[in-house]
Order: sequence, then structure tokens, then C-alpha cells
Amino acid sequence: MDLLDDYTLRLVAAGSAVLGATSGVLGSFAYLRRQSLLGDAVSHAALPGIALAFLLTGSKLPLVIMIGAAVAGWLATLAMRLVVARSRVPFDSALGMFLAGFFGLGMVLLSILQKRPSAAQAGLESYLFGQAASLLRRDVVTMAVLAAVAVAALVVLWKEFKVLSFDADFAASLGLPVRRLDGLLTLLLVVAIVIGLQTVGVVLMSAMIVAPAAAARQWSRRLTPMVATAAAIGVLAGVAGSLASSLTPRLPTGPTIVLILSATVALSLAVAPGRGLVWRALRLGRLRRAPEQEPVLMHLYALSLQHREDPEHGHREAVLRTMSPPGADVRGALERLVQQGLARRTEPGLWAPTAVGRREAERVLERESEERR
Amino acid sequence: MVEEARAWALEVEDLTVAYGDRPVLWDIDLQVPSGVKLGIVGPNGAGKSTLVKAAMGLIPTVAGEVRLFGRPRAAAHGVIAYVPQRATLAWDFPTDVLDVVTMGTYGRLGWVRRAGPSERRQAEEAIAQVGMSGFARRPIAELSGGQQQRVLLARALVQDAPINILDEPFQGVDAPTERAIAEVLDALARAGKTIIVVHHDLQTVPEYFDSVLLLNVRVIAAGPVAEVFTEDNLRLTFGGRVGVLAARAAVEG
Amino acid sequence: MSPGLEIVLIAVTTAVAAALPGSYLVLRRSAMVSDAISHAILPGIVLAFFLTRDLNSPFLLVAAAASGVLAVVLIEALRRSHLVPEDAAIGLVFPALFSIGVILISRYAANVHLDTDSVLLGELAFAPFDRLLVRGHDLGPRALWTMGVILALNLAAIAVAWKELKLATVDPSLAALLGFPPAALHYGLMAMVSITAVGAFDAVGSILVVALMIAPPATAYLLADRLAPMLWLAAAAAALSAVLGFAAAILADVSIAGAMAVASCAVFGAAFAFAPRRGLVAQARQRSAQRLELALRMLLVHLLHHQETEIEREECRLAGLHRHLRWSEARTRQVIREAEERRLVARSGELVLATGDGRRLAEAAVTEG
Repeated sequence: MDLLDDYTLRLVAAGSAVLGATSGVLGSFAYLRRQSLLGDAVSHAALPGIALAFLLTGSKLPLVIMIGAAVAGWLATLAMRLVVARSRVPFDSALGMFLAGFFGLGMVLLSILQKRPSAAQAGLESYLFGQAASLLRRDVVTMAVLAAVAVAALVVLWKEFKVLSFDADFAASLGLPVRRLDGLLTLLLVVAIVIGLQTVGVVLMSAMIVAPAAAARQWSRRLTPMVATAAAIGVLAGVAGSLASSLTPRLPTGPTIVLILSATVALSLAVAPGRGLVWRALRLGRLRRAPEQEPVLMHLYALSLQHREDPEHGHREAVLRTMSPPGADVRGALERLVQQGLARRTEPGLWAPTAVGRREAERVLERESEERR
Repeated sequence: MVEEARAWALEVEDLTVAYGDRPVLWDIDLQVPSGVKLGIVGPNGAGKSTLVKAAMGLIPTVAGEVRLFGRPRAAAHGVIAYVPQRATLAWDFPTDVLDVVTMGTYGRLGWVRRAGPSERRQAEEAIAQVGMSGFARRPIAELSGGQQQRVLLARALVQDAPINILDEPFQGVDAPTERAIAEVLDALARAGKTIIVVHHDLQTVPEYFDSVLLLNVRVIAAGPVAEVFTEDNLRLTFGGRVGVLAARAAVEG
Repeated sequence: MSPGLEIVLIAVTTAVAAALPGSYLVLRRSAMVSDAISHAILPGIVLAFFLTRDLNSPFLLVAAAASGVLAVVLIEALRRSHLVPEDAAIGLVFPALFSIGVILISRYAANVHLDTDSVLLGELAFAPFDRLLVRGHDLGPRALWTMGVILALNLAAIAVAWKELKLATVDPSLAALLGFPPAALHYGLMAMVSITAVGAFDAVGSILVVALMIAPPATAYLLADRLAPMLWLAAAAAALSAVLGFAAAILADVSIAGAMAVASCAVFGAAFAFAPRRGLVAQARQRSAQRLELALRMLLVHLLHHQETEIEREECRLAGLHRHLRWSEARTRQVIREAEERRLVARSGELVLATGDGRRLAEAAVTEG
């Protein structure tokens, strides 16, 4: 019995690791291309494909179900593209509409299946919220093969996908077939989603796409580390969530993984070095404790606005002194700003706000305008 | 061979572009000799960016033909280096200066192959050329507008293409960047490259370019600045509004 | 009233109530907020249920609407932090809230009426059994009253804030300039969406709420040019979707909520294909007419451009025109025939030249662009 459990758990862990890694990797591209919600639509839209694949073939073979899911998800993206291209309906409306319509169709098909006398369809409902414990060896093998193909395609075309995501016009000017690349990247996203449906469920799979990428973005300044971090977060959250859900009665897998991921995102937003909310608060707190510093930063920021296109243009200390009340320790304030990374000495006697400093100043302004309201 | 040498760098024939039923470019004929510095000037909505995009095949055309050095565009690879408008890019993308500039080598690398040390060296040289040494590992989200523009210019330099097309490179940049860009364009021209720039500032046209294309949906005039950049032509291009500009230029000049 | 008729009435009332705030969401490009809210109300419902132990308590409605608004506040805060893009902010917030709700239900409420299937799908088929009884009098299904009140509230809110909502939707910055607080209008609309979602949730489930909030307004958006007709058409499309969906579900004996979601997309599909001016069919017809017009004008502009220049003989020669215009010879013949019929061009030997009318058309074509 122990041995069996152990085997099941290992299987669950392996499957979750595969799906976590794949959705972290492909989700990063969706996130950067502002397609976070596309994952939501594709995963909901996969439901009728799952039901129809079973209805037509009577088989619950993972490959059959996944192909059905992928075809339905892909069709939904085509329908959305068509509507957006050929009407004035905005993208997000098309997204929501087809998400709900396809899902509704899935529910209709499931209600047909439920009336069948055979018990063979039992378990299809677990595709709603996911059930890691239902993973079989053949499921995990299929997931791993599909994941390997998708990730391999991404690695092979890495630089093409990168330039497409950053600057599509430039990619086209290089002679790259951007429409086909765009379609392929969307298809790979569909594959990543389909891989996770059995474990995480159609309703919450979108979080697997967005959350690891959003958390990873806070920690990384370049694409490769971001994608690697997202994959790692996906693996850890996926494995932890599905093990917890397999070991605890009445704990659905999808929501458990999502809550672990949400906590990871919240933590990343709070403490990620340099851009996290805690860092901001610390900087603001330091500014508040040193009252002469904030006005000097604001003056520097105001001066930088006159050189909007080169905000790192240096400004004379003498100018800053005339802007400050007589007797203020402008020099000391500037040096402390430099220590905090908010300002920088460009040349002797010349000072400029850094990018961080400018953001800080903007936030002070925002806060003040809110306080006035 | 003689024929080859006399071919235009860029030749556009009967080019027409329409968005829906609204024509934005009408029957454009244009011949750009090799080695010129051409400014494309016209009012907002004149189709300046559309013209260069259509010439590169980035947007569908209703009619027209484009030849590069006498060859149909489809057969001419790596001939054009393109600098898109800075504002159209996602500057919060997680990447740094060196990586963006290295993208300029992707056309040469072809499919699958990765950029190696020699590509990185080329990128570093281009970064130095635009005065951004020391910024190679700076995330692009932390750059100022002028610095972003220089990065895009460096990426085009790395491409080492005979034709360089820049869309509004001087738009909203600071004075040092404007000087840096002008110097780089001069250097490119000295190296025999053809430069085509979508430009919005009439005052600086004679300073930066030797040829000018006045565009307002169709070609109003094209040729050497000295011959074509006249007040009459400008009035034809801009309608009544140019009077104010010319008057101000006269006062300031 | 028969249960079937009652179900139709509930469905139509729900659909119309949802289509009203949905129209503003579609116009404001924030349709996916309906998806976020309809999921995010779940933890509110569950927590309120734990407190009251009564699924019919009005406190449930309040708590659910509050958690819907909480989702909007969280999305807004994330967006304003500039740490994640706006679409990702939506995609991060609602799965988290929804997951809390689902876990609470399956851990602690598995044996009560609240289960995950009804969360997604609602219990429209059972709605007629839940009656509103006042001192022993049967006043009809409770859901009909709930949705009727919500519909009335939505109508009243739109009537009262008509001008402000319209301006804030069409031109938020102008609305702010004129002193209408954009934040108040935004959260007011979001509260309306939340309350509607909560009411509809019980009857039709969270997914159908999304379908009913987006598809009928999107349908109306293809048919109407002004806000008031758009709202009427959205309501009509919603009612039609509800009736069609119900009829199909009864005929095929399938899930009513699912069939209504499909029907709302099908109604949209019909409008997408056949809308009088914006449908695919109308577009195709316009395009072939426009293509001829454009071709005529291209021909004329080309002729005008080269007429009376030294390359006239080459550029305006009938035999060579198709090459210069990059058309097939047949197409060129067809366009020239049309132009001759309209007396826009005339033959002069082997040249084709624009007439006075043709010249004027070409000049107009060039200047109006």
C-alpha cells in the first residue's frame, strides 16, 4: 500500500513538474506579449474539445483528449482573430465571449455524456478543477512528450521568438515570416495549456500561464533568466500543490496550485530587489525621515522634466540651492540621495535623478494628488 | 555590369496603399540614388511611415512594385536596416542594451544559429559608435528616450546594410542624442550607404539631408534639397500651414 | 405559471439585466472585468454563508458584491503599481479569489446546497422550486424577484447617471475635466456589474454571467451607432439568446445555462455575418464595389500623374497600363471599360487619357486622402 502510494505520488509530482515547467516557459512569452488572458480563453475553450473527443471516440486516452482540447482551444483563437480582424468588436470582448460560449458548449456536451448509461465518462468532470491524483502513467508520458516537443520548438526558434515579441516590425524587416511565427507561438501556448488541463482544470489553468511569469518578471532583468525562473516557480508550485491535494482529502488540485502561485506572486511583488513594494516603501520611509531630501529630489525631478528626453542630464548644485530655502543642506541631501540610488553625480557639481529617483518623485506627486482629493 | 552599377538603391513604382477604402498613398513613383541622404517630409497623415513600411513589405499594398538595387524586393535579403519609431516598442521587455543591439545580427545569422562572441563584439562596437559604451548591460527599461533611440540606431549599424531606413529618429530626443544621430548618419553616408529618414522638423532638413521627398498622399516633389526644398513646394505639401513655419524660419534665421 | 415559463422569464430577466452594464464594459474595453468579477464573488458568497448558514440571506448578496468590488480594487492597485501589465493584473487576481472560494466549498461545505458544479453552471432548472413566500402567499420564484429588482436597479442607475456614464465611457479625460469623478463612476459601474453578477450567479452560474454580459452588447455594437439604441439592441439580443438557448436545451435535453451561453454566441455570429453595414456579407459587397471605385481612381491618378509628361507615351499607353498598375490584363480592360462608360477617360490613339471629369475625380481622390 505504501509502495503504491509512493508510486502514485511520484507520478503526480512528475506530471505536475512537467506542466509547471511548460506553462512557466510559454506563459512568459504570453505575458510579455500582453496575451495573459488568451490563456484563460484557450483553457475554457478546450472543454468542448475534451467532451467531443470522448463522445466521438469513446476513448479517454490522454493523447485523444489532449488533441481534442488543443483543436477546440486553437479554433477559439482563430474565431477571436477573425472577429477582431473583421469587425469593430474589441479584443477583450471577443476573448470573453468565446471563452464563455465555448465553455457553455462544453457544458452542453458534458450534460449529454452524463445521461449515458455507461460509466465510462466518469472522471471527465475532473477536468473542471483538475485532479492530480487521477494522473496515470500514460498521462504523464504523453504530457512529457508534448512538453518536450513544445519546449524544443521554443528553444530552436528562441531568437526568432524573442525578436518577434520585442519588436515585430523589425522582425518583419529582417524577412522573418512574422505571421507564421506568431501563429506557431500561439499554438505552443495552446499545447502548454492542454498539458495542464487534467491536473489543474480548465477553469484555473490561466493562472498557471500568468502567475509564474508575473512572479519571475519581478526578479529578472533579461529574458532567459525570466523564463528559467518562471519554469522553476511553475515546477515548485505545481509539485507542491498537487502533492498537497493528493494527500489531503477534498482539496482540489487546481485551486491549491493557484493559491501557492498567488502567494509567490504577492511575495515577489513585495520584496523583489529594486522594484518590489517593500523597497519602495523603504525608500519613501527614508525620504520621510529626512525631510530636506524629498524637496531636493522633487527639484531635481522638476529640472529633469525640462530635459525630458535626456532625464539624466546633470543640473548645477547652485540652481538647486536657489530652489531650496536658505540654509538648507542641499549638498548633504544630494549625497544621501546618491547613496539611496535616487540621484547620481554626472560631473563634479552636476547632479541628475536616476530612473529610480524619477519614479520615486512621480510616486510622491501621485500620493500628494491623492491626498488632496 | 554597367546596368547593375546604374541601378537605383530603392525604386518604387506605382505604389498605392489603402486602409479599407481610404487611400493613404496614391500612385507613388520614387527613385532613390545610391548614397544619398533622403529626408521624407510631409504633414501628419501624409503617409510617410506608411511609405517606408510598404516599401519594406511590412504592410499590404493595393498596387505597386519595389526594387532594391535593381532586384525585386523578395529577392533582396539583408539590404535594408530598419529603425522603427521608438514609441511603438515595448520598452518594459526584459532585455538589455547589448541584447537589443545584437538583434541586428539576426538577419545574417539566419534561422536557428545563435549569436556568438563575434556578433557580440560587433554589437559592442556599434554601442560605442552611438556613445553608449558602459550601458551594454543596462536594462532597456531604465534608458531615457534619447538613449533608447541610440540603441535602435546601434542595432541598425550592426546590420551593416546598404540601405538604412529610419522612422522619426529625431522625434523628441535631447540635443546630445540629436547630434549623435546626425554624426552617425554622416558616417554612414561617407561609407557610401543610402539613408532614408522619415522626418518631421522642416527647419533641420537642409542641415541633415542632401535630398528630400515631399509627400502628401502622393509625391509632391523629390530631388536634391537645393532644388526641391522650396517654399512653393512646401506650400503644395502642407497647404496653408507652411506659411507660418517659413515666416518663423525667416525670423529665426 | 408553468415552471417552463417561469424559467424563461427568469432567464430573460437575468440576460437583460446583465446586458445593460455589459454594454458599458464592452465600450470601455474592459469586458474581461466581468469574467474577473463573476469569479471573484465566490469567496464572498461562501464566507457569508458560513456566517449566516442561510443561502437565502440578503447578506450573501452584499458580501458577494463586496468581494467583486474588492477584486476590482486589487486589479486597479496592481495596475497602478506598474509592476505587471493590466491584462496580467486581471489574470492574477480572479483565479486567486476564486480558488479561495472553491477550496472553502470543497473542504467545509461539501454537503450543503453549495457545490462547485452549481457555481459554474447555476441551477436554472431548479429555480422555480425556490418560491418567495410572504405570510404564506406564494409570490412566484425567488430568482425572478431577485433579478427583477436588480434589473430595475440597473435601469434606474443608468437613467440617473446617463450623461455622466456616457461621457466617462466615450471620453474619460473629458469627463474628468468637466468635474465628473472618474473613479466614482468606475466603481459605481463595477458595483453594478458585481451586484448583477451575484444575482445572476445563483440562477445561471459564473460562466454564463460572462456570456450574457459580453455577447449581447457585442452583438448590439455591430448593429448600433449610438449608445441608447445599442442598449436597447443589447437587451433584445440578450432576451433572444435566453429564449433560443432555453428552447434548444429543452428540445435536446441538455444543460440550460450552457445552451444559453452557446445561443448568445450564435446570435452574435448571426450579426457578425449578416449585420446590415458591418456584417461579413455587407463587407464583402462593399469591398467589391469599393475595389472598383479604388481601381478607377488609381487609374485616373496614374493617368493624371503622367499625362503631359515626357513619359506619357510609355505610362499611359493602353497596351502597357496593366503592367504599370500591376493588374491582370482582364482586370485592366474591365476598369477601363467602366471608366469609359462613366466618361472619365477617353482614348487618344493608343493612349488612354483622363477627361475633365476624370481629372476632377482624381484630384478629389488625392486631396481627400
